[in-house]
Amino acid sequence: MTDKPTTREIDELTGTETTGHEWDGIKELNTPMPRWWLWTFYATIAFSVGYTILFPAWPMISSATGGVLGYSSRAELHQDLSNLQTANQAVVNRITELPLHEILADGELTRFASAAGASAFKVNCSQCHGTGAAGASGYPNLNDDSWIWGGTVDDIYLTIAHGVRSATDPDTRFNLMPNFGADGMLDRAQIKDMVAYVAGLSGIEAESASPEAAQLFLDNCSGCHGADAKGVAELGGPDLTDAIWLYEGSVASIEAQLNRARHGMMPAWSEKLDDVTIKQLAIYVHGLGGGQ
Amino acid sequence: MAALLSGLAVDAPFRLHMGILTLVLGLATLVALRLPERVAVPAGEASYMDQPVRIGSLLTVFWGVVGFLVGVLVAAQLAFPDLNFGPWFTFSRLRPLHTSAVVFAFGGTALLTTSFYVVQRTSRARLFGGDLAWFVFWGYQLFIVMAATGYLLGITQGREYAEPEWYVDLWLTIVWVAYLILFLGTLLRRKEPHIYVANWFYLAFIVTVAMLHVVNNLAVPVSVFGSRSYSLFSGVQDALTQWWYGHNAVGFFLTAGFLGMMYYYMPKQAERPVYSYRLSIIHFWSLIFLYIWAGPHHLHYTALPDWAQTLGMVFSVMLWMPSWGGMINGLMTLRGAWDKLRTDPIIRMMVIAVAFYGMSTFEGPVMSIKSVNGLSHYTDWTIGHVHSGALGWVGMISFGAVYFMVPRLWGRERLYSLRMVNWHFWLATLGIVVYAAAMWVAGIMQGLMWREYDSQGFLVYSFAETVAAMHPYYVMRLGGGLLYLAGGLVMAFNIWMTVVGRVRTERPMPTAAVPQPAE
Repeated sequence: MTDKPTTREIDELTGTETTGHEWDGIKELNTPMPRWWLWTFYATIAFSVGYTILFPAWPMISSATGGVLGYSSRAELHQDLSNLQTANQAVVNRITELPLHEILADGELTRFASAAGASAFKVNCSQCHGTGAAGASGYPNLNDDSWIWGGTVDDIYLTIAHGVRSATDPDTRFNLMPNFGADGMLDRAQIKDMVAYVAGLSGIEAESASPEAAQLFLDNCSGCHGADAKGVAELGGPDLTDAIWLYEGSVASIEAQLNRARHGMMPAWSEKLDDVTIKQLAIYVHGLGGGQ
Repeated sequence: MAALLSGLAVDAPFRLHMGILTLVLGLATLVALRLPERVAVPAGEASYMDQPVRIGSLLTVFWGVVGFLVGVLVAAQLAFPDLNFGPWFTFSRLRPLHTSAVVFAFGGTALLTTSFYVVQRTSRARLFGGDLAWFVFWGYQLFIVMAATGYLLGITQGREYAEPEWYVDLWLTIVWVAYLILFLGTLLRRKEPHIYVANWFYLAFIVTVAMLHVVNNLAVPVSVFGSRSYSLFSGVQDALTQWWYGHNAVGFFLTAGFLGMMYYYMPKQAERPVYSYRLSIIHFWSLIFLYIWAGPHHLHYTALPDWAQTLGMVFSVMLWMPSWGGMINGLMTLRGAWDKLRTDPIIRMMVIAVAFYGMSTFEGPVMSIKSVNGLSHYTDWTIGHVHSGALGWVGMISFGAVYFMVPRLWGRERLYSLRMVNWHFWLATLGIVVYAAAMWVAGIMQGLMWREYDSQGFLVYSFAETVAAMHPYYVMRLGGGLLYLAGGLVMAFNIWMTVVGRVRTERPMPTAAVPQPAE
């Protein structure tokens, strides 16, 4: 390190004195700090000191200073939640006590339960059934009046509470469509015939079925889907005549289902949600348009 | 040895990763053996070690373009999820690749390169330790390659901006300590009486990043032949350590380091003295002292105790003016020479960089205030904030430094094309504006939708509805990113033509008016 003589000079363009240092041609002006800058800096410090007096801030040996406002984010949250609970408690109590059909008879209770159910639906159900409950392939549309497991509010309640084919709930809704093709219960010609027959029930364009098809349907399918193919809600056998399909209303999809059946699964929500929420969900879903 | 580790590996990714290391080291050895004998460098104050700076300038441009490209790709994946190609090119693996490519590959190489350039010239001394500079330079590049290939293989310790696993972290530690020795050694042999302010910032960056990196990555490997490790911290302590690291990666890597860059290249390019020596002292020390405490603002309204949240917030608020001190010193260095904004696109680039620095360091303290954070946290507002800092400040100041250095390093009269610098400036600026504006709107909308409750206290929107609402802004953001990438490509072309010695015949930029002395 060799010391150079420092030469202070006046910068021509600004009229400010330099510090006399120079590095690779870079000099520094000896401009004072801008006043507004300094005072704003002081103001943020003053704000910070004030804020740490009002709110929990400084760590001590075993705990921290609590702040003169006595604020705590947890207490604030508990307060908000309990305010909400207190405000709604009377209505919630009645929904808890009354059976579903009596709730439906009361306009105010129904409105509240629907709003609460809609909110719970967005969090828990929309992932499969869609935000507008219109469903998707393999996930039923809840806006129409075609119900696989029944469309009364009590049916819907049971479906939500115990799920469909839940592995953990012994009271779950359960059925299995046989693999008619894959397990050799019907031969290839019969499958083809049955596809044509089922397609024809709802007017899907297909080859015409043979005269024996109706008997074949009665022997193999009517047990779950009903002799008139309009479905059996108690068994979860879907209506095949209404042109509403869980997977797809096409010859290929019907054939696929007859060969090797796809089976959806719905969780038993009683394992996760409380009974009031399930009731509210049932009221909401029942009110979507197709409730019976 | 890497091949041996590959053979002994207990998990498949580690085996592959060590295989890659073997390959990279093997290739490097081959290249090194074929290099011609080096000519002895004459000793003397003028003989600066500039070869790593030359290669570093080119690699800065290269990593920049790579980082922007991956950024555009992940932006496209967010707008159109079908663009996820598993398992190597899913969003989950490309996102850390993007952040590390821009922060550590582009930003890190720019910092290493410029610090080598600046410390030699402002100390009038050659880099300390002979080939140590080469070790630091290539060692850091090896870290980048190991980190990037690791991400694609799915190797991550799941800590944001600190994703590389334990063995890559150990290597970076060695390289970083060597960097510190190199930098300090050069400062100690300086022939100037004082240490220039740019070097204070570079030194703060090197020292603090060493500390942050070591503490945040304290972990125990499952096996020395495996890629997995477990952090020494758990629960909320772990979260706080991570965000102490994360925020100071911003504070010391992306701020202090690049302020060092600004303090050299801006006065050099403007040919003006630094505005205020006193301001540089006060804002340096206040910035260094305050930044390190601001991390808890990333954990507002979480399991972190209230008192730590309060401190994180107030230290962030107090950071506002220290940050702006740097902006003032940068902008006001042009005092008396504002005319250059019209005539010199490189100065224009540096000024917009400092302007974005000022904007994002105002936005940051605002977002750290708990009630604002309650809206902004977890939304794309944060992404917009980070990008106005990264694209605006870090990107633009680095571009300015590269444009300054390259003609001088290769002894060219000027850049291949100044008009292209101007094009780069406008493409990049427009890109940032589109990006940031789209993310502000998307983020604030997202935050408002999440917290929307009806009069009875019931949730109004499902999560999927908020995602659907953001789609148009995601597409706009992609457009902004494409503009920025286009600017990067223009720069790459311009730099390459400069290096090969071409000069474009073009209409000159407007000529400068003669500066008038102050009244």
